[in-house]
Amino acid sequence: MMRIIATVKIALRALRRNKMRSLLTMLGIIIGVASVIAAVSLTTGATKQVENQVQSLGESVLTVFSGNFTSGAIRGGWGSAPTLTVEDARAIAQLPNAVAVSPEVRDREQVLANGLNWNTLVQGEGPDYPQIRNWHIASGVMFTEQDVHSLAKSAVIGKTVVDELFPNENPLGQIIRVRDVPFTVVGVLAPKGFNLFGQDQDDVVLIPYTSHMRRITHRTFVNSILVQAENDKLINQVQQEITELLLARHRSPEPDFTVRNQLELMQAVTATSKAMGNLLAGVAAVSLFVGGIGIMNIMLVSVTERTREIGIRMAVGARAWDIVVQFLMEAVTLSAIGGLIGISCGIGFAMLVAALKDTPAVTPTAWIVIAFLSSAVIGVVFGFYPAWKASQLDPIDALRYE
Amino acid sequence: MNWLQCSQPFPNAREVTNETILHSDMNPVIKLEDVHKIYHTGEVDVHAVRGVTLDIHPGEFVAVMGASGSGKSTLMNVLGCLDRPTQGRYSLDGTDVSQLQRDQLADIRNAKIGFVFQGFNLLARTSALENVELPMLYVHKRIAGHQQRERAMKSLEIVGLAQRFDHHPNQLSGGQQQRVAIARALVNNPALLLADEPTGNLDSQTSIEIMGVFQKLNEQGITIVMVTHELDIANYTKRNIIMRDGRVVTDEAVKKRSIAENELRKLREAQQAVNLA
Repeated sequence: MMRIIATVKIALRALRRNKMRSLLTMLGIIIGVASVIAAVSLTTGATKQVENQVQSLGESVLTVFSGNFTSGAIRGGWGSAPTLTVEDARAIAQLPNAVAVSPEVRDREQVLANGLNWNTLVQGEGPDYPQIRNWHIASGVMFTEQDVHSLAKSAVIGKTVVDELFPNENPLGQIIRVRDVPFTVVGVLAPKGFNLFGQDQDDVVLIPYTSHMRRITHRTFVNSILVQAENDKLINQVQQEITELLLARHRSPEPDFTVRNQLELMQAVTATSKAMGNLLAGVAAVSLFVGGIGIMNIMLVSVTERTREIGIRMAVGARAWDIVVQFLMEAVTLSAIGGLIGISCGIGFAMLVAALKDTPAVTPTAWIVIAFLSSAVIGVVFGFYPAWKASQLDPIDALRYE
Repeated sequence: MNWLQCSQPFPNAREVTNETILHSDMNPVIKLEDVHKIYHTGEVDVHAVRGVTLDIHPGEFVAVMGASGSGKSTLMNVLGCLDRPTQGRYSLDGTDVSQLQRDQLADIRNAKIGFVFQGFNLLARTSALENVELPMLYVHKRIAGHQQRERAMKSLEIVGLAQRFDHHPNQLSGGQQQRVAIARALVNNPALLLADEPTGNLDSQTSIEIMGVFQKLNEQGITIVMVTHELDIANYTKRNIIMRDGRVVTDEAVKKRSIAENELRKLREAQQAVNLA
């Protein structure tokens, strides 16, 4: 151990003698490592952001959309056909792996309150909606199963609606009017921000789906049904079960509905980031290789320059391996320091870009370790030939070398 | 010349009681038996050493002389375990080293031989102390850092350079650099000190001073073999070996031995005389 420290000291001294040359030699490694770390940080940041958004849709959540409603030549798109019912939702809730179910009815309405008005999405939901969407109530409470039964005029509103209708007031207990029906605000949702498609998720008013269907829209069908599976491994199974159940219930040979899950979206995102990661690994390999060649080159020069020193060391008893270790340590020190500088520069650059462009930058620890280790390994690989060459010098010739 | 007054007992001294020992009773430090060295360079074989048989005993101080091409440098390389004889046997301090491999030779050099070169061969930009510590770096049983320092300082004291331990070679005169080299050669307590033209790069007064260091070390029991082409320098040793065409032609004790202390006194007196006049 002490011997290693001694060798590192010798290596550092040798490198300090040629500061400029050492720095220039390291530059290849520095640039390679820095660019990889910066790119990884920025893409990881972006991927994390997307992943968070996907997750904010709810974990292990499936959405059942009713089919396309065709009237004459007009096709209404997913969710328009009157095929999904509240009874379907209750049947799905009976499935063993479905933890929570919420029928959904959606409609854009002009909402009035407090002398102000605001056009927003009025959504009929079940009481489990916040749990399924992984969405907290910031203040107040969610309406209950009882409220659903009694067609209660209770509403839970999003942050944007609070800002627009109750700019300087506590919205809890206040009345909002939807198509002249007064709803009492019982809760406020925690802010959730924009979703993947850029929609403001906080611009929403939640009311019991029964109230929505009977008091406002007078519908008998729901737009969709949100289903939470026991866990994300069961998603595909649950999807299968729902499809079979609904096909049987609707007595239709063709599905008049579609079932989507978050996992598919997630997989698309991770596939993209994986491809990006492979690309970066390729860039890293090439730049480290180039840096390694630089190190090998300068180490060969160094061995020639210090032939006499090698001769002296051999004369006083250095074995071939001692000489190999000395020069190898020098190459490794060079590349490892280059790696460390590169990592710091990369993180710094990523943080700068993140600050300027207002995007997140996340540097995974694994990549820092990988970058450091691979730069050290580069030193060993490309330093070995010059070190071996040095160790094979003839001490007599080396001592006479001018 | 405080190094001459240096009264500290020499710590590395091997047991040599007096100079009138019967050599035949003791194991020689160097035992060469019909040693040949042939270099194969292209078409021509160079027969640099052609059968040298030689015993050098503990406590001897030998000068090897000869014109260039006489084979003295080649012999020196063989003696220094930097090269192996093509033919013949070489025992160093009781070990047959004629058939050893590179790394084994390195270990022998480390443990048994101290080198002093014409060009000093110190590591540049490295302090005198660290230069002296260098051989200890390659000792197999690791020596603790503080012990290395102590031993190196002791070595520097012996050559009278302890105060300059932190000087770099470029801050030292030629004579001082050569003394650092001698300190380095002594630090592993070698059986043999090998000096290759140690005064070749020095002026005459400094040369005498360096010979004084060698004489003092030899008095304390160190065996020294030195290559030189200067007869007056060879006169400071006890035994002169002259080589020609790869063979030993003369091997005799020095009759009128020069003593460095006396020569230096004479030099100073001559200088004072010049100053007075």
